[in-house]
Amino acid sequence: MPKDTLTGSRIRERRIAQGVRQAELARIAGISASYLNLIEHNRRRIGGKLLLDIAEALGVEPTHLTEGAGAALIAGLREAASDLPDAGAELDRTDEFAGRFPGWAAALVATRARVAQLERSVEVLTDRMTHDPQLAASLHEMLSTVTAIRSAASILAEPGDIDPDWQSRFHRNIYEDSARLAETSRGLVTYLEADNEQATETGTPQEELDGALEKAEHHIPELEQQADVAQVMTRLGRGLSSAAQSLLRAWLERYAADAKALPMNDLAKALTAHGTDALALSVALDQPPTRVMRRLAAMPAEVLGDPVGLAICDASGVLSYRKPLPDFPMPRFGAACPLWPLYKALNRPYAVLSADLVQLGRSGATVRVEAQATPVGPPQANSDPLFEAHMLVRPLPVSREPASPSADVGITCRICPRVKCIGRREPSILSAL
Amino acid sequence: MSGKVLLIEDEPNIIEAIKFILSREGWQVHAHSNGETAVQTVRDRTPDVLILDAMLPGRSGYDILRELREDISTQSLPILMLTARGQTKDREMAERAGASRFMTKPFSNSEVLDAVKALSGA
Repeated sequence: MPKDTLTGSRIRERRIAQGVRQAELARIAGISASYLNLIEHNRRRIGGKLLLDIAEALGVEPTHLTEGAGAALIAGLREAASDLPDAGAELDRTDEFAGRFPGWAAALVATRARVAQLERSVEVLTDRMTHDPQLAASLHEMLSTVTAIRSAASILAEPGDIDPDWQSRFHRNIYEDSARLAETSRGLVTYLEADNEQATETGTPQEELDGALEKAEHHIPELEQQADVAQVMTRLGRGLSSAAQSLLRAWLERYAADAKALPMNDLAKALTAHGTDALALSVALDQPPTRVMRRLAAMPAEVLGDPVGLAICDASGVLSYRKPLPDFPMPRFGAACPLWPLYKALNRPYAVLSADLVQLGRSGATVRVEAQATPVGPPQANSDPLFEAHMLVRPLPVSREPASPSADVGITCRICPRVKCIGRREPSILSAL
Repeated sequence: MSGKVLLIEDEPNIIEAIKFILSREGWQVHAHSNGETAVQTVRDRTPDVLILDAMLPGRSGYDILRELREDISTQSLPILMLTARGQTKDREMAERAGASRFMTKPFSNSEVLDAVKALSGA
């Protein structure tokens, strides 16, 4: 999205943060309050002298209003603040901080991501200590052997005479147990080293899959050429846990089927006529909307032009695929905003839901989404189908007004400022703003 | 000091060491290593104190403990639970299952001896 589409939102944010009334700012800038209102909601472009006047009235550099900081960076800072609510981070000045010190802000967000990853690793390791049967058995054997050595050594070290036969038996026991202990220790170290990387550097299999797809930029050139999935697995599956490899294989098989049914060249031609409108492409190409959504998400930038995001969730609402947009982040951990049409689609299977959305507490960028829920797996007699939902997210072109009033949604409850929301699961750290 | 101690443990050298230190104090010690037949052995042997390892081949020590506590004849049998884990939840699990006492490996000989004495009321 071009950077100047968010200028109005930044003006509004600064004005509110400084406690200046809209009418007052409009008067200083020499425009009507209603016109300023349109600007603040990104319905009118702003530049030239008017921008300079407003920037001066707000006491900020004009570039801070026109360039601002990336939405993902702002979201990352707010999430960082939400981790430490007692630190007193100045949430109302998040945008200013990111705009003035983008490097520091990025470092803070990266550090927070690293901390989150390490916390996740600790959870994984703790879980492993508790539930890994092989590890538990090895530790039990080691401690039992140590116990036996300790008991025998204590007996031998006691003052007084011990029967020579018993003495000989305990010496032999210590010798045998120490050899067994050495062997068990070696086996344990080998076992831990073998899985060390996957256990400490990644979290759940889904997070591993997200990371692998992000690294591949969601595009698999080999599969566009009808290559074998096994060949791609060799490249992308390296270093993943077996559970993550299983998820990746399933995703690649779906990708291969999609690429075969809807080749990249056909989609590229249709894109010139219909843009990234999933429904229009679906009709034009005679393909299911959900396949069109997945294919759009898999297209490289040079084919797609405007980037698209895609979220897929299962019937429990868990995101099984996430490709966020800079202006429409998707939570990496925990649940997303229940107001997303992604979830509404689960209530209305097969219907393609379309809406223009604004993520509250953000830069005010409007996105257009299409969502549809479709059954998973083949139909079965006397069995209710299980649904999964897709939601394609695309930036609303600058020249296009929203088709209908845009709906306000969030990312996750913790960083959403909408206090009275029927979907709220937990209090927001922004509710005081 | 006299009395019967049944030791259910699968590590032969621990069995030998515990047998030695308890026998020396006058206890009659019988050892058993199989989790699956442990409950029946307890009923047959009618020990004064049972020392029970948490991890056994065939059956978990916690399962054995629970079954013994459901049986009126072994409901009040003093049981010392041995485990390789010292986490609070393991202790809680042992207590919930009905252990009279809980000891984490590696323990010392004197700790075992003191525990058996205390449990038998000696």
